[in-house]
Amino acid sequence: MEHIRMPKVENVRLLDRLSSRKAALGTLYLTATHVIFVENGSETRKETWVLHSQISSIEKQATTATGCPLLIRCKNFQVIQLVIPQERDCHDVYISLIRLARPVKYEELYCFSFNPKLDKEEREQGWKLVDLNEEYNRMGIPNNYWQISDVNRDYGVCDSYPTEVYVPKSATAHIIVGSSKFRSRRRFPALSYYCKDNNASICRSSQPLSGFSARCLEDEQMLQAIRKANPGSDFIYVVDTRPKLNAMANRAAGKGYENEDNYSNIKFQFIGIENIHVMRNSLQKMLEVCELKSPSMSDFLWGLENSGWLKHIKAIMDAGIFIAKAVAEEGVSVLVHCSDGWDRTAQVCSVASLLLDPYYRTMKGFMVLIEKDWVSFGHKFNHRYGNLDGDPKEISPVIDQFIECVWQLMEQFPCAFEFNERFLIHIQHHIYSCQFGNFLCNSQKERRELKIQERTYSLWAHLWKNRADYMNPLYRSDHSQTQGTLRSQMAPCNFLYKFWSGMYNRFEKGLHPRQSVTDYLMAVKEETQQLEEELQVLGERLANLQKSQLNDNKDKSKQQERSKQLRLSTSNNSLANTPQEYSNDLKSFPSRSPSQGDEEDSALILTQDNLKSSDPDLSANSDQESGVEDLSCRSPSGGGCLPSEDSGKDSDEAVFLAV
Amino acid sequence: MEFSELIKTATVENVLLSCAGLPAVKGTLCITSHHLLLSSCPGGDGQAGTVELWLLIRNVDAVEKRLANSSGTITLRCKDLKVLQLEIPGMEECLNIASSIEVRFWVGSEPGPSHARVQRLAGESGRLQWLEAPPILWGSPSSGCPPSLAPQAMLRSSQPLTGPNRKRCREDETLLGTVLDEGERGFIIDTRSAQAAKQARMTGGGTEPKSSYPQWRRLHRPLERGRPLQESFIKLVDACNDTAINMDRWLNRLESCRWLSHVKAALSTACLAAQCMDREEANVLVHGAEGTDTTLLVTALAQVILDPSCRTLVGFQGLLEREWIEAGHPFHLRCARSAYSHARLKQEAPLFLLFLDCVWQLSRQFPFSLEFSECLLLTLFDNAYASAYGTFLCNNEKERCLCKVKENTHSLWAWLNQPGERKKYLNPLYLPNALVIWPSVEPQSIQLWQGLFFRWIRSSQYLDEAWAEIQRKVGSGLVQQINKKHQNWVCVCHLENNDWLLRFQPVQGQT
Repeated sequence: MEHIRMPKVENVRLLDRLSSRKAALGTLYLTATHVIFVENGSETRKETWVLHSQISSIEKQATTATGCPLLIRCKNFQVIQLVIPQERDCHDVYISLIRLARPVKYEELYCFSFNPKLDKEEREQGWKLVDLNEEYNRMGIPNNYWQISDVNRDYGVCDSYPTEVYVPKSATAHIIVGSSKFRSRRRFPALSYYCKDNNASICRSSQPLSGFSARCLEDEQMLQAIRKANPGSDFIYVVDTRPKLNAMANRAAGKGYENEDNYSNIKFQFIGIENIHVMRNSLQKMLEVCELKSPSMSDFLWGLENSGWLKHIKAIMDAGIFIAKAVAEEGVSVLVHCSDGWDRTAQVCSVASLLLDPYYRTMKGFMVLIEKDWVSFGHKFNHRYGNLDGDPKEISPVIDQFIECVWQLMEQFPCAFEFNERFLIHIQHHIYSCQFGNFLCNSQKERRELKIQERTYSLWAHLWKNRADYMNPLYRSDHSQTQGTLRSQMAPCNFLYKFWSGMYNRFEKGLHPRQSVTDYLMAVKEETQQLEEELQVLGERLANLQKSQLNDNKDKSKQQERSKQLRLSTSNNSLANTPQEYSNDLKSFPSRSPSQGDEEDSALILTQDNLKSSDPDLSANSDQESGVEDLSCRSPSGGGCLPSEDSGKDSDEAVFLAV
Repeated sequence: MEFSELIKTATVENVLLSCAGLPAVKGTLCITSHHLLLSSCPGGDGQAGTVELWLLIRNVDAVEKRLANSSGTITLRCKDLKVLQLEIPGMEECLNIASSIEVRFWVGSEPGPSHARVQRLAGESGRLQWLEAPPILWGSPSSGCPPSLAPQAMLRSSQPLTGPNRKRCREDETLLGTVLDEGERGFIIDTRSAQAAKQARMTGGGTEPKSSYPQWRRLHRPLERGRPLQESFIKLVDACNDTAINMDRWLNRLESCRWLSHVKAALSTACLAAQCMDREEANVLVHGAEGTDTTLLVTALAQVILDPSCRTLVGFQGLLEREWIEAGHPFHLRCARSAYSHARLKQEAPLFLLFLDCVWQLSRQFPFSLEFSECLLLTLFDNAYASAYGTFLCNNEKERCLCKVKENTHSLWAWLNQPGERKKYLNPLYLPNALVIWPSVEPQSIQLWQGLFFRWIRSSQYLDEAWAEIQRKVGSGLVQQINKKHQNWVCVCHLENNDWLLRFQPVQGQT
């Protein structure tokens, strides 16, 4: 609380980006965890809640006659524009938020104070919902070819890997340790996915420290062991997800990629996915396009093209498709790596798994997938999503891109996924919200040290409890799209990749389809059930009535009593019935200004109840990591020095600087 | 000369037909006065005698032939954007077939009676015609109350012939004056830029000067028409067919063809017209130059937005009949060529397609509010460009009269409305919505109509499966179930406080 200079400011205006006419007047509150805007004088209290952890940037703009504008960009892509009457108040709010949005200790994060009123047992049950050992068992492991290794117990070999790692049976501890010494950050090849139908597998690692000529016998044996674990195939693919140029530049720093001459029976392949810095800048450019005030179609398409965002999404998808095809169609195992093997590798392995195995397209399976490929293998959530104040150059929308890949697939295969778009949006929200402990820290080791499971709650349990909201009504477990591998079109079908306004403009409800097919079908399903029950009751009643030949009048009144109204809301009619500004000319014309009806924006309402249930659609908030502060990191300072192995930066930043 | 006399080779054996996304078929090719037929070889893969292709020759937009050794390949690019390849054994046969097709579509494309004269007919008073006020329903239909507000009228016309000397026309001023009560104001939406409207004076046209029409406020909303629109269409189809381009290049070409900009502009202008009527409660007059192209685009779209009765299958057909066909959109000229034709004619412009695209955008944003499905829009596109029916023939009523279209051809509507056929065009999600449907016209909300532009390029299997699934879910829906299960009870759906309510109640008169 000591950081709050100004707990309450009155007469603040909240502006609407799409319509300048729709500003709301209200009071702004700063609390230990949220920024809250409460609108004046409306019958239903309209409130906007923003978690401090969602704030990505705060910008104080030049004072105008009406007050001092404050622009808050959030990591979940909400943009809030406030106008505070007094410059002094605005400054205090600004200074307070700057501090509140950048906690320095994990203990300051919301998950340590968030209490969904569950007892200890329920909390423990929640954490047990996703169990990775169970998942490897489901894949059919351990078996004759693969086993669990305890070589990394106490994180002795690799501190960013989990303690339990699955490796080929023929890979001895000696081979693993030897191989780990020849890999960046000791991230040796380990199993990510195993296809029990044909023994092909997806393994992951970091880049080898091969430089220009270095070799490592154990590492070569390790790759041999992976190949032997798939007796049906006489080679493995080694997929380096970086652009070739980046990988080559790494050789000069003693890192690099596998030389086909040194490793027997490998086929080496580059897949050019750009590094985290390129992705960060790309997202920032795309968000600038999203924020344009009444852009023309050309502005928008040009900006989208210029941001390169969809090109990057497609590159990740293409890599996933390549691997899925190798495993499913060729029956060949694949080793995937990038530089450190925790960003692009995680993206590509999880996309491939999703294409290969229908289980990951179920709600539970998707949680397992994120837990397996992202959380357990040391994706640096804290650094990438800026949970604690840190180096802005570490921030990058890596998992956001994966989530978008899933959405793009959902658009192409509408019946293939058990969950809906809302599920993805809520997961994205909670990766940044720090309301649950799942995505804290950078590795399993750190999470265990912090005793996350004893002190915070699991998001998966929360989502699972509300799973009815996240169902895709078109999903059927016996549908052809839910069987086997998803065969995404291999031809370069650029048009399949679309801008995801449901995510990046998610708070601008006016831009979205005004009627939701998903919600409608879910309602139909529910109503059908209810009405069937109702029918049964009424049927019995009628039968009784006919039997006893009751008096007409008496009967009628009772029926009316029973006559039940069911709400089948098909659209946000208040919104549907509100035109946007199609013309500026009309403003100046003496308008009879018809009442605009009820224009409440459900996106911005949050009652106390909603807060408790932490529905991110309602707890309004934030944009992503590349806010204005990040502008500085567009042009990397420094220059020629190549980061050393332990510089804490992504290894192929070398290329970013050098090229 | 009868076309059949021009057919030098009527049938060829062993022709290989290939079309993107489908397995190639070998069969006998046959050319008739109107159709190109291909039936698979008896004993081949297909069933003996099965007709594999039944192509209206009018549907052919461009023919390319390539000869090699003793055979030849004909590529047919169709107006509905499909591309077919025929491999024909025998060079002479190939040339004959190609020339027959070429001749056929030239014969078919001869312009009808001079349209220029027809347009001049109405030129005297400066106005082409009136549109009666659309039957807009206000308030909730369940109440059954007559509209309590004074209904507003939407009018359309051509430009006034003010000319370089700023001529006035008393009758025209009086005509427009009678629409408005004293003190009332109306809007004129001119679909040209202020500059273009001014320039039109040099050729005898112009726009309403404020001084002569003081109660009317003029708004200029330039919409693309004519050749630039046709070129936009051609460029878009080109980009869609180029599967070798990368993502950046694709977005670049999508942007530079400007098709989506035209969609956005048309929707925005229609919304403006609708807004003037619904929100400003004012009368609206829409015109461009001739009043037969962009004018109709705006008035027809505005009616779909405002009027729930235009959103039913029958209502939409009525709208097309009234706002496009009877209003004299020159279909024959505008739809003579599609995106593949190399012939550079001046009169082609895909205004009707643009309209269909805008309606599709509405259906995407309001998936429950249109009774018809995408399938109807596609069928209308196909028939506007090449049809076995007379509905879209000629350029206006007068020509249709002269050609006795009604006596000599069948109506597309009659075909579509047959019980068996009708089902195909219905939207399974339709729930009548009495409200005005205001679309978003932000670029984020406007999408490329993949169902049309990629119809022959990608497989729509997974999306079709999704629709089948929706149909399954809704088809077995509650209303039907309940009505079937219990005849003494009905489930009614009506509007109350802006929400659709399902009320479950006993049938009247029953206990």
